[in-house]
Amino acid sequence: MNNYEDTIIALATPAGYGAISVIRLSGKDSIYTANNYFVGKRPLYEVQSHSVHYGKLVTPNSEVIDDVLVTVFRAPNSYTGEDSVEISIHGNPLITTKVIELFMHAGIRNAEPGEFTRRAYLNGRIDLAQAEAVAELISARSDTSLRGARNQLDGLLSQKVTQLRDSLIKTSSLVELELDFAEEDIEFVDRTSLVSMINDILTELESLIASYSFGKTVREGINVALVGAPNVGKSSLLNYFLKEYRAIVSDIPGTTRDVLREELTIDGILYKLFDTAGIRDTDDVIETEGVKRSKETVINSDLVVFLNDATEQFNTQLYAELCSLTPQERIISVFNKCDKTENRLTNNIYISAKTGEGINTLFQVLREKMLGVNTYTEKTAIVTNARHHVALTKARENLTNSLTAIGNQFTGEYIATDLRAASESLAEIIGEVSSDDVLNSIFSSFCIGK
Amino acid sequence: MKSYDVLVIGGGHAGIEASVVAAKMGCKTALATMEKQGIGRLSCNPAIGGTAKGHLVREIDALGGVMGEIADATGIQFRMLNRSKGPAVWSPRSQNDRTLYNNKAVEVVENTQNLDIVDFSIIEIIQEAGVVTGVKTAEGEFISAKAVVLCSGTFLNGLMHVGVDSIKGGRFGEQPAVGITASLVAMGFESGRLKTGTPPRLRKSSIDFSSLEEQAGDEIPQPFSHRTLLENFPFQPQVSCHITYTSEEVHKILEKGFDLSPMFTGRIQGVGPRYCPSIEDKIVRFAERTSHQLFLEPEGLESDLIYLAGFSSSLPAEIQLEAMRKIKGLEEVDMVRAGYAVEYDFFPPHQVDLTLETKLVKGLYFAGQVNGTSGYEEAAAQGLIAGINAALKIKGEEELVLRRSDAYIGVLIDDLVNKTTDEPYRMFTSRAEHRLLLRQDNADIRLSHLGKRIGLIGDNEYAQVMEKQRKVEEGKRYCEQTKLPIAVINPLLEEAGSQALQTPETLSKLSKRPEITLRQLLDKVPAQESVPEYFSNQEILDKVEIDLKYEGYIKRQQDQVDKMERYEEIRIPFNIDFSSIKQLSTEARENLTKHRPRSVGQALRIAAITPSDISILLVYLKK
Ligand SMILES: Cc1cc2nc3c(=O)[nH]c(=O)nc-3n(C[C@H](O)[C@H](O)[C@H](O)COP(=O)(O)OP(=O)(O)OC[C@H]3O[C@@H](n4cnc5c(N)ncnc54)[C@H](O)[C@@H]3O)c2cc1C
Ligand SMILES: Nc1nc2c(ncn2[C@@H]2O[C@H](COP(=O)(O)OP(=O)(O)OP(=O)(O)O)[C@@H](O)[C@H]2O)c(=O)[nH]1
Ligand SMILES: [Mg+2]
Repeated sequence: MNNYEDTIIALATPAGYGAISVIRLSGKDSIYTANNYFVGKRPLYEVQSHSVHYGKLVTPNSEVIDDVLVTVFRAPNSYTGEDSVEISIHGNPLITTKVIELFMHAGIRNAEPGEFTRRAYLNGRIDLAQAEAVAELISARSDTSLRGARNQLDGLLSQKVTQLRDSLIKTSSLVELELDFAEEDIEFVDRTSLVSMINDILTELESLIASYSFGKTVREGINVALVGAPNVGKSSLLNYFLKEYRAIVSDIPGTTRDVLREELTIDGILYKLFDTAGIRDTDDVIETEGVKRSKETVINSDLVVFLNDATEQFNTQLYAELCSLTPQERIISVFNKCDKTENRLTNNIYISAKTGEGINTLFQVLREKMLGVNTYTEKTAIVTNARHHVALTKARENLTNSLTAIGNQFTGEYIATDLRAASESLAEIIGEVSSDDVLNSIFSSFCIGK
Repeated sequence: MKSYDVLVIGGGHAGIEASVVAAKMGCKTALATMEKQGIGRLSCNPAIGGTAKGHLVREIDALGGVMGEIADATGIQFRMLNRSKGPAVWSPRSQNDRTLYNNKAVEVVENTQNLDIVDFSIIEIIQEAGVVTGVKTAEGEFISAKAVVLCSGTFLNGLMHVGVDSIKGGRFGEQPAVGITASLVAMGFESGRLKTGTPPRLRKSSIDFSSLEEQAGDEIPQPFSHRTLLENFPFQPQVSCHITYTSEEVHKILEKGFDLSPMFTGRIQGVGPRYCPSIEDKIVRFAERTSHQLFLEPEGLESDLIYLAGFSSSLPAEIQLEAMRKIKGLEEVDMVRAGYAVEYDFFPPHQVDLTLETKLVKGLYFAGQVNGTSGYEEAAAQGLIAGINAALKIKGEEELVLRRSDAYIGVLIDDLVNKTTDEPYRMFTSRAEHRLLLRQDNADIRLSHLGKRIGLIGDNEYAQVMEKQRKVEEGKRYCEQTKLPIAVINPLLEEAGSQALQTPETLSKLSKRPEITLRQLLDKVPAQESVPEYFSNQEILDKVEIDLKYEGYIKRQQDQVDKMERYEEIRIPFNIDFSSIKQLSTEARENLTKHRPRSVGQALRIAAITPSDISILLVYLKK
C-alpha cells in the first residue's frame, strides 16, 4: 500500500539527455536517505532549508556515481509541503536511472503520476481548483500492478509471481495450521520439509531476480561505448553498424570531439552505441572536453568495446586506464582493421570496420557478456521493471529471515510473520493476499473441526 | 408504558455482556429473553475459549465484561492450548459444567443493578424516521427504548433439521423467534440464511471409558479473568475428557443415510462453517481418511450427559446411533438426543458500523450470531462492544471502537464490517495481522485504559495493571544494562550448547539465544541482591523475556501498526456520496457505498479498493 507518509522519488525534468537532470525526493525520510549516499562538506540533515550543497553521490560500495548539487527543503516550505530533496546531476539517462534505482533499493518508492502534486494539495500547498485535475491524473494512470497485465512480458511475470504466491500461501497455511488448529488430529509439517519448501520458493525468486538484468536490457537496451585511441576506427565501426555515413571519419587523429549516440536492434536486443572521442593527452581545449566525456561514457556504459589497431601493439596503457574507470569484465578488447594484416593472436577478437569481418562474433560476445549464457526464451518470465525488482528482492529477504527464524528454533508464529511479509512484498506486484486465502487453503487441504 | 434506556433482545452470550455492561455504565437496561432460565445457556459444546477464542475472553475480561468470571466459576477443566508454541498463540480453554454455567449467568444478570429481566418474546422492532423507538412483545405490548441491541442468536426463523424431519425452533426444545426479521427487512435491511450443527448427547453411564485415551486439564490451571483470585481456584472439581475415533465401518453406516441428509438433498439452504463440518461432510470431503478423532466432553459434574465433539450431524437419528455403536467405547451407547442442524436468519454485517450500530437505523445495534458469526466468545465480544456503545451514546460520550492493532475484538468487528462473509465467521489467530502484539497475557495491559475510560475498570484495578507494566519496562532496562563476567556466564553457555563469549554481553542480548532462558541468566548474576525483586513474579519475568527474545519481530509489527495509524485517523464523513466521485472505479464506488467505511484505513481493507482509489479519496476528503 502506498502510504502518503512514505518517501517517494521521481525524475523532475524530462527524461533524456540534457545539461542537467533533477531528481526529486519527498517525504519524511528524504533528507536522511539522500544523506546516506551523499558525500559533501556537511551532513544534509544539519543544513538549512532552501540551501544548495555540492558533493558526490556514492553507492554503498563506495562507487562514485556523479558530482551533484543537492537542494534541501524542509517541511512545510517545499513544493509538496514535506521534507524534500532535489538532486541536480548530469543529464544522462544512464546516471539518472542508476540514482533512482539506488534509492528504490533503500526503500524509497517510485512516485506515481501526479503524486508530488497530490501531496502538495493535501498539505495545502496548492489551491483547491487543482484537486479535480489531480484526481483525473491519478485515475488516468494505468494501474502499475500487474493485475491488468499490459503486455505479454508482464503477463508471463504475473503468472509466475501468482504461482510463487500460491506456493507461499500453501507454505503459510502449513504453519498457520499448527497454530490455529493445534488440537486437531492432523500431521503438522516438520521443519525440514518447511525449509525445503521455502528454499524451493527462494530458488524461483532468485531466478526471477536474476532475470532483471536481462529484463532491463530488453526494456532499456545495452549501452555500449566504443572507445580507444584516436584513429583506431571507432567512428568507422559505428557507421558500419548503421550502414550509413553517420559519423565523420578521417585519417586525422582526433576527428570525433563529442559523444554520438545511435541505436541498433540485433536479434531482438537493443544496442545503444556511443561513439566517443579517441582518448589521448592533448592541449586542445575542445578535444580535452571530448576526452573527458569519453571517460564519463566508459563509466556509465554497460559494456565497453575497446578498439585497437590490428597493425599496432595492444594499447596496454589505455587498457589500464579504462580498468580504473569500469570493472574489467565490462571491457571487451578488439583489434580493428584486421583486413590490413594477417597477424592474429589467439583468443583475441579481430574485426574490420571496412569489410565487416568478425562483426557477428563481436555481437555474440556482447550478448553473452550482458545476458550470461542463460538463454531466456519468449516463454520465460522476466522482470523488466525496477519496482517489481525491488518487491522481489524484499520477498527474498523476508524468506531468508524465515529461514533464520527456523534456524533459531523460533516457533511458528514468528516464521508465519516472515512468510506473511513475503506475501505482502509479492502483493506489490499482483495484489493482496488476505488471511482468508490462507484459511481457504487450510480448509481445502485438511479435515478441520469438531 | 415500560421505558428503558437500553433494551437488549436475547439472553445469550452477546445479550448478557450487552445488558450487564450497559447497566453497569448507568443506563436503565432491560434484558428481554424468551425464558429467564435460558440466559447463558450453552447451545453447543460445554466449553469456553480455545485458540483465538481464549484471547477474546481475556479481552472481554480486560474491558470489564463477565464471560471470563462465569467461565472461571464453573470450569471443570482448564487448559492452556498451544503451550509448545510461542506466547502469542497460547490460548486458554475450559470445559464447563453446563448447568452451573447457566445458573451463574442468570445470577450475574440478576445481581446487576439497573438491569431488569423481562421474559417476553420480542416480535417487532419499532423505528421512527430512522431512529429506533422501542420493541413490541408477543403479547402486543410496546416497550420504549432509546437503544435496542439485537442478540437473538440462532433463533430468527430458526429451523432445526434431523434427517428428513424439520422442526421450527432456535435450539433444542425452544421456540424460534418470528417477526423480527420481517420488521427489519421492511425497514430496508438485507437478511440472509446460515446454518450450524451440533453433535449427539450420550448417556455417560452407557460408555466404556476404560478403553479410551484420557485427556486431563493442566496441572496448574489458569483462570480467564485477571480478577479471579488464585487462592481458591479452581472452584470446581476437575475432570477429564476422553478421545476416540471413527472407523471405515462407521463411515459406511453413515453413508447409508446420505440420501436422507438435509444437507445433501438440498433442504438446508444456509451455508455452514467449514471449520465445524458435520461428520457427513468430513467423510465426503476427505474420503481418503479412514478415521476421524472424536472428543467425549463431560457436560457437567452431576450430569449423566456426554457431548460427542466431532460428530456433529443432521442424519436421521437411527443412523447416527447405529454408526456410533461401532465406535470404540460406544458399543453399548445410549443416545439421549441426536445431533441436529439449525438454520437461521442473519443480517450481513456490512450493515453495521464499527460500533455495531446499524447504519440504517440509529440506536439499533446488532451483536452475536445475527451478525453472521458463530461461537460464544465471538458473540460475547460483540455484545460487549454493542452494549458499551449504546450506553456511551445515550450518555453523550465518545464512542469506543477497538482497532485491529488493539485487540482481537477489533479484528473481529473490522472483518465483519469490511468483508463479505458467506459462512459463519469464527476467530482464528491468523486473522490478526498484529498477532505478536495481541497476546492473551497482555490483554489487560492493552485494554485496561479503555475499560477505565468508560468506567468499567476501577482506579485500583487500573493502577495495578499500570504497576505491572512499569515493572516490565524496568525489567527490560535492567537486562539491557546488566552484563555478566565471562567466567560466570561461559559455563552456562557451554552446558546449554551455546557459543561461549569472548567479551561480556548484556542479559538482553544473551536472552535472545534460543537455548537460554532469562531465569538461567538472572540466577548467574554475581550480586544476587542487585536482581530486582519483581523478577520472582513469573508473569513479569515472562513478559520481560518475551519482549527481549522477540524484540526484532515485535518492533517490526509495531512499526507496521504505526505506519497504518495515519490512515486509521483520517475520517471519512458519514454523508459522503461515493457514487458521485467519478474518478473512482465502478467497483470501488459500489463497495465503498455498500460498506460505508468511516476511515481511510478501513476503506483500504475493503475488497477491490486499490491504492489509486485511496489517493483519489484523499483528494476528495480534503476538498
Ligand atoms: C444447534 C447449534 C449448534 C451450534 N454449533 C456451533 C458450533 O458448531 N460452533 C460454534 O462455534 N458455535 C455453534 N453454535 C453457536 C453458538 O451457540 C452461538 O454462536 C452463540 O451462542 C451465539 O450467541 P448469541 O448470544 O448470539 O445467541 P444465543 O446464544 O443463540 O442466544 C440467543 C438468545 O436470545 C433469545 N432470543 C432470541 N430471539 C428472541 C426474541 N425475539 N425475544 C426474546 N428473546 C429472544 C433466545 O432465547 C436466546 O436466549 C451452535 C448453536 C446452535 C443452536
Ligand atoms: N583498412 C581499414 N581502415 C579502417 C578501418 N576502420 C577505420 N579505418 C580507417 O582509419 C581511419 C580513422 O578512422 P575513424 O573511424 O575516423 O577513427 P576514430 O577511431 O573514430 O578516430 P577519432 O575520431 O579521431 O578518435 C580512417 O581513415 C578509416 O578509413 C578498417 O577496419 N580497415
Ligand atoms: Mg571518430
